[in-house]
This record gives sequence, structure tokens and C-alpha cells, in this order.
Amino acid sequence: MLDEKQTQNYFHSVHLAEDKCKGCVNCIKHCPTEAIRVREGKANITEVRCIDCGECVRICPNQAKIVVADSMARLAEFKHNVAMPAPAIYGQFREGTKPSQVLATLLTIGFDDVVDVAFGADIVAKRIREELEKPGEIRPLISSACPAVVRLIQVRFPNLIEHILPVITPMRLAARIARTEAKRRTGLPDSEVGIWFITPCPGKVSAINESAGFTDVCVTGAIPIAEVYPLIREKMVRDPEEIDRLVSKLHRGSGLGIGWGRSGGENQSIGGSKQIAVDGIHNVIQILEDVERGKLSEIDYIEAQACVGGCVGGVLTVENSFITRRRLRLIAAEAAEEIERVENDPLAKEALDHEAWFAHDAPIEPRPTLKLDDDRAVAIRKMEQMEEILNSLPGLDCGSCGAPNCQALAEDVVRGLATEMDCVFKLRERVCQLAEEMMLLSEKLPPAMRQALKNKEEKNAPGADSEQLGP
Amino acid sequence: MLSRDSKAGIHLHYEFEVQGGDFAKAGTASSRVKRILQQIGTDAEIVRRVAVACYEAEMNVVIHAHHGTVVLDADLDSVRVTVADEGPGIEDIELAMMPGFSTAPDSIREMGFGAGMGLPNMKNCSSEFNITSEKGVGTTVRMVFDNA
Repeated sequence: MLDEKQTQNYFHSVHLAEDKCKGCVNCIKHCPTEAIRVREGKANITEVRCIDCGECVRICPNQAKIVVADSMARLAEFKHNVAMPAPAIYGQFREGTKPSQVLATLLTIGFDDVVDVAFGADIVAKRIREELEKPGEIRPLISSACPAVVRLIQVRFPNLIEHILPVITPMRLAARIARTEAKRRTGLPDSEVGIWFITPCPGKVSAINESAGFTDVCVTGAIPIAEVYPLIREKMVRDPEEIDRLVSKLHRGSGLGIGWGRSGGENQSIGGSKQIAVDGIHNVIQILEDVERGKLSEIDYIEAQACVGGCVGGVLTVENSFITRRRLRLIAAEAAEEIERVENDPLAKEALDHEAWFAHDAPIEPRPTLKLDDDRAVAIRKMEQMEEILNSLPGLDCGSCGAPNCQALAEDVVRGLATEMDCVFKLRERVCQLAEEMMLLSEKLPPAMRQALKNKEEKNAPGADSEQLGP
Repeated sequence: MLSRDSKAGIHLHYEFEVQGGDFAKAGTASSRVKRILQQIGTDAEIVRRVAVACYEAEMNVVIHAHHGTVVLDADLDSVRVTVADEGPGIEDIELAMMPGFSTAPDSIREMGFGAGMGLPNMKNCSSEFNITSEKGVGTTVRMVFDNA
């Protein structure tokens, strides 16, 4: 059921800038979970259905959908700040820019340390390989890396929750490593250390801030790649010796770990042949439908990402995703051997010894939103009403009522959130009907007047006759 | 709350057409069935089982028959799915129920179907399973899923 109570547990990073919203139908039409309705001229997001995928941010022609994330200004609140750049960041800069340059520059714009998320990815890949080698009965496993996909499963495919990989994301692992390292290097309490994910998407912002599902408190916040980008561009460290000096102590990922930033890179990093990579939220929905049908028996693992192209396609990135995709592919090929350096990193070894570091903090709960009513009898009645209403609607899916299609309007009506007259065609039909009734009524006379009229008609009868006969 | 008597009449009935040979649209009926069951709040495990069994039955119509219908009946206690087709019929049902047995031609197998697991899978997923067939006329599969 879609009620207020449920919405309070869900953190959302995608919001509406009311002054910019014109109430057009672009976002309601593109939302993969049909979470948006135009009400009183503004696009309202139904929180329980929103998965923070960012499709509406991408599609809105008026920039009325905004992502609320953390800003660099928050670094002032902490004594020691650690940046955790998402792999997608390495594709944002000019051809030939080395990952080590970006990492070094992060240390000059306000961060005291950097733990590469690609480093976490390299370690997680190893752990996933082990998981896939276990003779498990649940196949295919679905990657947990994309938070919008995980939410999509919770909301639309609750049956598939058990297919979600029981291993945390590279970002989460990097955060655990960053916390451990910060404590060792500075001796500061957790409250004085800021751990910042440099994010390509709103989904990660929500995942970090949300209490339900992942209760990990390791990550302090998420700063958009788009906010850090101009700062890095301006201060880019170019002196090779300076770069070497700055990055020598950092936990850096290999090209394979960096590859996670583009679709297909995660599978490449894990290795194996019984895997598929699916990108784009609508494609992900199709593949999940097939998993529910039991159709993917030959597949062991699904790398699924909500954005076209993978994380490089996130709405908080800067560069065209097709260009960044190529750059990440080149970086992955160039620096794949660096995996040896990662595997020899004592912290990587330490992480792999801690089974608990890879576990989700809390079970991933279903959040079904389709159910029409908690009482099955009432739900069946509503279902019948819904079919009746749907049959009476024009089926044009125009969106003028504020719902994405006629089916959604019918559902809103039985849920008590809309009326049939919200349909402009139904309304016009009703107006016509009323006009006809008015016409009929205008011809009707009360009995008292009827007699008077009759007398009048009789009196005028000869004249009327002559009129009818004409000249 | 509804009284016991009024509850007895609560029942949903849907019918979906399935066209033999139409692989592009195959799965549409079972997707609709799945969504309806989710909307009326059917237990997730039952939905999963119906989704698998209904898809297998629908695919059998697409692969083997000319035409068929998927009928969904749901009430408070159970879900029934009946898939009836006009098709070649099954010569030996006992043999057809054996895991791995299939009459699907190679062209179908190359598409990843016809592994001979369809009927056994349907039986495993449902609480009651009944199949009748007449050679040259068609096949009807009746499945009941208890909403326990």
C-alpha cells in the first residue's frame, strides 16, 4: 500500500525544483516505476516507488529535477577527509589523463587521503569469483553494485531479492578500508573523520544516506563528480615526480577495478563466461522479467546497471558517456597488470581475511508497491473496478490526467488518489452529456406553465396554420 | 470486513489469447498474470511458482500449437491457471511428462526452448496438475496453486 508511514524510512536524493517544473508529462512517461504524477501543475514523486535512478533528471527539459547531495563545503566539519572516487571519474578528463594524476590532484583540493573505489572493486571481484565457484542453488546472482537496480528489485521484483549477490559493493568495502586506515594513520575518532564518495549518480547518494537496507555508517556523504570536476581540472598535477610522491601511499585500483565504471567492466574484472552485462534501466527490467520466468538457466551472474553505458552514464558525471566508456576501456587495458600491486597490498589481504567485511549490514527487504489492498478480498474487488474503469478510458496514454498511462490512472482511481474525471476525454464526454441534458431540460416546462402555453397555442392556432401553409 | 457469505463470491477471471509461433510476443500473457497476482497481494512464493509454470505453458502453445488461451481464476484461497490449445495434441502423456523428453524440432531447441523440462516444471510448481490431450485436436493443462 502506498501510504505516508512507509515513505519515512526512504531517503531520496532526487527532488523537484517546484519553480522550474511546468507540469509537462516528460518525466511521468519515462519513470521506470511509474512513481511520478503531475498534481496541481507540478510533478510529484511517490516516494515508496522512486528508486533514485535519475531517469527523470536526465529527461526533464526544464532542469526541474534536481539531485540533493553533499558539497565540498562540508569538508570543513572534519579534521581528516578521505576521498573515494568512483571509477567513472577517470574517464571525465582529456585523453591521456592518468588515473594517478586524478588521485594526486584530489590531495590538493582539500582531501587528506584517498582510497580508490577501484581498489575496493579489485578485492570485491576476487570475493565474487569465490562466491560463483561455490555450488550455490540460487543462480543467476545479480550484482549488488548498482543501488537503483537493488531498489528496483525491492520495489518491482521482490521475488528476486534472494538473487542479489550477498557481497557488498566496492564503494562499501573501500569505505571500510578507508575507516580502518584513517584510524591507524591519524588516531582520530570516527566522528572527526569524513569519508566522501565522489559519486556519478543520485542512486549512490541515497544508498549512502539511507538507513534501511544498508546501515553501514562508514561513509559520511557523497559529493557529485560534477562538483569535483572543475576543481580537479583547474589544479591538475602534471609533474610526474610530484604525482609519484603524492600517490605512493594511496590504495589504488588496477585497470580492472577502474573498468567497473563502464558496462561490462565488472564481468571482465571477475572473469568467466557464464555472465551477462545489462545496462539501461528498461533493459534491466526486461532481463529481470526473464529471471522471474526461470529463463536464464545458463547464466550464473548478471551485471546490471540502471544507466546506459554503466556508471559513466550517471547523471552526475560531466563528459558524454560514450566517450568516457572508451577512455575507461583503454585505461583498463593499460593498467590491468596492476592487479598484482593490489593483491600484494597488505590492506587487500587484511580485507580478504575478514569475511564480515563483505556482508551486507542488514537484510535487503522487499518493498512491494503493486498490492492494491492488504485485504485480499478488497484487493480483488478493486482489481475488478480497475478493469471496468480501464475499459471506459480512451487508451491513448496521453498523460494529461497526470498519470503516465490509462492503466495507471485506473489504478490511482481505485486507490482513491484520482477520479475518472481527471481524464480530459472523460471530462469532455461528461460536458457533452450535461449540455444535452440542459437542452432537454430547457424544453421541459412546469405543469403550471404548460396550461398557459396550451391556451396560448390554441389562440394562435389559425395564425400558426397559415404560417405553416405559407404564402 | 466482509462477511463469509459475501466473500464466497469473490473471484477474478481473466482470459488471454496466445498465438502459436509468435515468439516475439511470447510471455506477454504470463507477465500479465504475474502482475495481476501481485496486485491482489498474492504471496511472493506463489507468484514465483505461477510465473514459472504459466510461462512454460504459454511457451508450449507458442512452440507447438496454432492457437491457445491462458485462463486465470483467482479467489481468496487459490490461483488456477488453465492453458488450452488447438494443436497437434500429445500422443503419450506419460512419456511427455518424463524430464528431458521433447518433441520440439532442432530449430526450436536452437532458440533455447524445448529442453523437455516444461511439463515436469509445471508439475513441480503447482499443487495440483492435470493434463488432457487429444491427438490432432489439442491439449489442456490445468494447474492449481494453493494460496497457503
